[in-house]
Amino acid sequence: MSGELAFLASDVEAGYGDVQVLWGVSIEVRAGEIVCIVGSNGVGKSTFMRCASGLLPLRAGTIAIDGVDMSTASSADFVRAGVAHVPEGRRLFSAMSVRDNLLMGAYLREDKAEIEADLEKVYASFPILAERRKQDAGTLSGGEQQMCAIGRGMMARPRLLLIDELSLGLAPRIVDLLSDQLRVINEQGVAVLLVEQDVMNALELADRAYVIDRGRVTASGEAAELAADPRIREAYMGLA
Amino acid sequence: MKNWLILLAGTGVLALLPLLGDNYLMRLATMVAMYVILAQSWNFIGGLAGYPSFATAGFFGLGAYTSAVLQGMGVPLFASWGAGGLAAVIFSALVGGAILHLRGHYFAIASLVTVEVLREIVNTTPDITGGGMGLNLPIMRMTVAEHATFFFYSMLAVAFACMACAIVVHKSKLGFALRCIQQNEDAANILGVNAYLYKTIGFGFSAVFAGIAGAIYASWVHYIEPPDVFDVLISVKPLVMVLLGGLGTIFGPVIGAFILLTFEEFVWRTFLTVHAAALGVIIVALVLFLPNGVLSLTREKLGLRRRAAGEKR
Repeated sequence: MSGELAFLASDVEAGYGDVQVLWGVSIEVRAGEIVCIVGSNGVGKSTFMRCASGLLPLRAGTIAIDGVDMSTASSADFVRAGVAHVPEGRRLFSAMSVRDNLLMGAYLREDKAEIEADLEKVYASFPILAERRKQDAGTLSGGEQQMCAIGRGMMARPRLLLIDELSLGLAPRIVDLLSDQLRVINEQGVAVLLVEQDVMNALELADRAYVIDRGRVTASGEAAELAADPRIREAYMGLA
Repeated sequence: MKNWLILLAGTGVLALLPLLGDNYLMRLATMVAMYVILAQSWNFIGGLAGYPSFATAGFFGLGAYTSAVLQGMGVPLFASWGAGGLAAVIFSALVGGAILHLRGHYFAIASLVTVEVLREIVNTTPDITGGGMGLNLPIMRMTVAEHATFFFYSMLAVAFACMACAIVVHKSKLGFALRCIQQNEDAANILGVNAYLYKTIGFGFSAVFAGIAGAIYASWVHYIEPPDVFDVLISVKPLVMVLLGGLGTIFGPVIGAFILLTFEEFVWRTFLTVHAAALGVIIVALVLFLPNGVLSLTREKLGLRRRAAGEKR
């Protein structure tokens, strides 16, 4: 993957209609990192992810990739800049085949031969998708759908993969499998920004983490440090 | 490739029709070609992108009036037809920009309103359009048989162009994107598909051929009036034809057009007063018994065969 990536969101404010959700969120992802955002329901994690891939316009603040300002860029610009978004709830094209879903991930790419090669890579990472490539995506199980969604994200050849709710509604065994694959993807040089409700799993996976509460970053630091922080343990893991 | 062969063969066979010299049959065939155009036009936005448009009558009527008014000013026939298509595209781009952010029922209602707006504009500008009095077009100096043949070939040529366009679009990146928008517009946006742009292009495709068809229709019947060319049935029938044949397929609209016209000729003739009700009955029957159209029957059979072959392996 080309170049050092630096994703930098500074003082991002965003919302829907009269409701402001984010109140000055600053998050940074450096090349090769796995960064996770944790927090309870409705604090603005997904809203931030929508901002970070150009789906939701910012009300204030900036987002920059490699020092280039992306604050008013379209989602296509974000994809071209190397950001792929795996949305909450997977959002697959359920009546299209697994293969077509994956190919859609490469929609903005023109390098046909390379796309085929990347498709084989995705099949190698998730063999079950190769088996089911002609099946409609809607017929897949929840775990397979998540694999398909991550595969679709990888087809854009991202330098930063945004994953919103990796583990939601999935069996622990599947979550382990997906986490392992995510590490493999990360070792290939793709940075990952992960939103997760399963705080324990997230902090295990990530290098660094941000805690968001009611639209603000309330804590951040090394994932291991945060996992040891008694306040975090009490608030998000139910441990004293 | 197979699609092109079917299209060429079908058009070739139909093109031989004037040899029979039956003017009634020619009139029917011209209607079929017109229905194919309207159904395929609707299929671009309704079938591919999943936006249930009722604007077809607007494009049709706008094309008809544009070419009629221009011909009245002395513009040559073919140029006026082209202008009819162009007017429809421009209108679709303007309206599409305004209403394509609406989804589902909201879009359907908004698109229906555009037809009423156009109708009112025509009604309130009698100096240009003749208003409610209607508008006469120049009579062409040719025999009845020549007249029938000329308009049959004109309509057939546009139908061919429309079908060719459909085959290209279905295979293209645009068609792929429209289908994605139909299934999950949010996901399409996430992947960098400019949904708004593509929807507007799809809407434009659904306008251009309908506009030209309206223009040819106006010349064909010599006289147009608002209730005729802005008839809501012109918006509803394409939808029924596509549902009959198969939503989002290339030849579904053709099959639907043949079925609907056959039905019109043989059934409605007998029940003239209740033909709108008959159309309603078809729609209900379709939704209940054949939600994916006639083509889905063959696909199911093919699917079964494929599954059986798979088991053998």
